[in-house]
Amino acid sequence: MGFYVSFGTVLLLLAITAPLAMTFGMGGAMAARSRVLPLSWLGKGYIAIVRGVPDIAFFLFFVIALDQGIELLRHQIKCPDWPDAVRQGNDFIVCAQAKMPLGNSPQWMHETYGFFIAVFTFAIVFGAFAANVLFGAMLAVPRPQVETAESYGMTRRQTFWRIIVPQMWVYALPGLGNLWMVLIKATPLLFLLGVEDIVYWARELGATKTPQFTAYPHGDWRMWYFLALLVFYLAFTKFSEFILERTMRRLTRGQATSGGEAQRRAAG
Amino acid sequence: MECLDTISDYAFRSIGFGERLLPRTDFTLCQQFTLIGSGMIWNVYFGVVALLSGFFLATAVALGKAARNPVIRKASEWFIFLFRGSPLFIQFFFAYFFFLSLKSQYDFFDPFTAAWLGALIVLFLNTSAYTGEIFYGALQSIPKGDTEAADAYGLSGWSRFRRVIWPTMLRLAWPAYTNEAIFLFHSTTLVYFSGFPAWGQKGDALYYASFFADKTFNPFVPYPILAFYFILLTLVIIGIMGRIGRRLNSHLPQDAKRPKFRFRPQIIR
Repeated sequence: MGFYVSFGTVLLLLAITAPLAMTFGMGGAMAARSRVLPLSWLGKGYIAIVRGVPDIAFFLFFVIALDQGIELLRHQIKCPDWPDAVRQGNDFIVCAQAKMPLGNSPQWMHETYGFFIAVFTFAIVFGAFAANVLFGAMLAVPRPQVETAESYGMTRRQTFWRIIVPQMWVYALPGLGNLWMVLIKATPLLFLLGVEDIVYWARELGATKTPQFTAYPHGDWRMWYFLALLVFYLAFTKFSEFILERTMRRLTRGQATSGGEAQRRAAG
Repeated sequence: MECLDTISDYAFRSIGFGERLLPRTDFTLCQQFTLIGSGMIWNVYFGVVALLSGFFLATAVALGKAARNPVIRKASEWFIFLFRGSPLFIQFFFAYFFFLSLKSQYDFFDPFTAAWLGALIVLFLNTSAYTGEIFYGALQSIPKGDTEAADAYGLSGWSRFRRVIWPTMLRLAWPAYTNEAIFLFHSTTLVYFSGFPAWGQKGDALYYASFFADKTFNPFVPYPILAFYFILLTLVIIGIMGRIGRRLNSHLPQDAKRPKFRFRPQIIR
């Protein structure tokens, strides 16, 4: 049963992370464009730092850092007169009230908390990539469009929301689509973060964890579980490609790009 | 010096030389640096061998995808889709259990369940698919003038490919290929995190980094060390690939417009 639920976990993660990452991305890109210098540094710094730190090291590091950060914050608020140091040598100890989630809360609370930590991590990381894509797309909107808007007397804010944002998607979509594919492929990392996702169940099911013991009543099925996962991801990728292609065709309509021009010729 | 002793004990720990027991208590910074650095041997090994061998298959796959023969073209397209469309993680897991079940039937497959060969095969195929796609893109953007000139000189078949198409393809693909190389080295960290077990605690850099993070409950030391080593490795790769790239472009006028390398890391395969 858990095996089937875990597919839902993966899809749910994607469904929550994608809009959240887009929000972070939009925020990051807007901050990076800002004329207020500290804000612009903040946006650019966010993009540069998260993109520069490679791979799963970020996931492994960030989840623990986030978890400990939250607990430390709660510790400072809830137990201000705690006598001992929080970091005793190699141990990280906060008072019992500051534990997140509380030690006596039910199992599902722990699981949900772990899930949302994972979602947040994914969103931060992919938000930086999305910010980079959106930042580039905003710059890619043809300059005359912006100049026309300025000559009509639109303010910077109006130009941004009425001219740049509606037009940037056609430039952003290839990059965002690529990012979506990468996000799909990053979901097996959930199992590293301790969420019971499909990789976790494929490892558990039909076999013990130790590879030495191979005398199962029904043979080692893990290979087939992983084959099923492989097919699942491939099918998902194919489906996404199909959707993205259709969206791209819809968005290029009437745009001053070579794609839009080709569409116009074909129609007319 | 105490640290020199640690280095002589653990510098080659990841390939089975030196002190057998890993440190248990009182982890020093020196131990962490040495052991994680020792693990880097494996990352470099996987990356270098997969990159060098994958280069040839990638060229073949790229040509296959551009081929007129529909059977070859479809086969190449599916090969690329299979390895680019699924997570490397799952590929490692699947390959490991696949080799494991083969091993139970034929003794020949015994070494394949070890990371040094099994994971290497997966990485080799994976990088071939990614690089094949890059090379295919470059193949499509070879200037028409170049091939026309080759035809005018009467070159055809192998010599046309060897003297005109292949060098131009490499030249155009080089910046993207540099990124792929960096990306491949980063993804070697997945080897011991997926199916392949680290026998006798002989693992790669991330294996030791997470070992220390688990033992000390402090991720703030080992992972930055790991990041430090990887940044170093990335700089070395950019340096080497940049030299080769300059050599590939050396016939062009120095101020001409040429493909430029931009560091574009992706986060996961």
